[in-house]
Amino acid sequence: MSLVARHLEENGLATVIMGCARDIVEECGVARFVFTDFPLGNPCGKPWDAGMQYAIVGIALDLLERAWMPRTTIQTPYQWHNDEWRAAFMKVDATNREALAREGEKRREFQAKVKKS
Amino acid sequence: MDQIRPYRSFVSYIDRSRDYYAAQGYDKPYAWPHYDHVPFTPLRKPLSECRVGLVTTTGLPKPVDPMEAIMYRREIYARPAIPPPASLYTDDLFWDKKATHTKDVDSFLPVNRLAEYAQKGYIGSASPRFYGVPTDYSQPRTIELYGPQILKWCREDGLDAVILLAL
Repeated sequence: MSLVARHLEENGLATVIMGCARDIVEECGVARFVFTDFPLGNPCGKPWDAGMQYAIVGIALDLLERAWMPRTTIQTPYQWHNDEWRAAFMKVDATNREALAREGEKRREFQAKVKKS
Repeated sequence: MDQIRPYRSFVSYIDRSRDYYAAQGYDKPYAWPHYDHVPFTPLRKPLSECRVGLVTTTGLPKPVDPMEAIMYRREIYARPAIPPPASLYTDDLFWDKKATHTKDVDSFLPVNRLAEYAQKGYIGSASPRFYGVPTDYSQPRTIELYGPQILKWCREDGLDAVILLAL
């Protein structure tokens, strides 16, 4: 998505990215970025919370108009209702290391089969 | 100060996904794009005169017919914003399926919220179409095919500014 935004900016269109993966967007480098510190999936606000969504879209619109240089990131003031997702997402630890290794092995076997057929 | 923490609070998805796939035996990590130079275009008119469009990484709904569903491939698309899409396909994307859901389209593609800003005159108008771009493992495909196609559609629809929504 960041690569598409960069292409539009290079060709004279103002852009703003809304997202929850701060490191991926900032590592690439984009003109304007509205970051909401939520689990991946709802960059415009919580599901069914039209008020929050409206406010976050408003922040993006204001940033379109008011940013004066690239790499401008704004973090919205909203928090998810718990913090459990932070450690749980793509967790790797002693409890699942073996299961993950098996999953990978299985997928590679499947992909090799598909390639052969 | 609410708390003190011995780590940064926001999740690094670059670190997390690299370690996760390494644990699955994939030794060569995905290499993320990095640029030193960042292009920047200022908005050329007041917001109240601008036409604004939306770009999503989500896909068109998967066909209900099982045979057609098997043939479903992610593709770049433009679709009318009115009526707003009731659902979009997200099952194949990288997001937190345990913590949340994507049943409310406006939580990731705010077609209705943007229309409300247009109705109030805060922006000039919302684009008659929204645009979808697949998240592609291949960066050259994104740069050489998807970027120019999205630009072409944005120009056809007379857009002044674009909001891109990364799921």
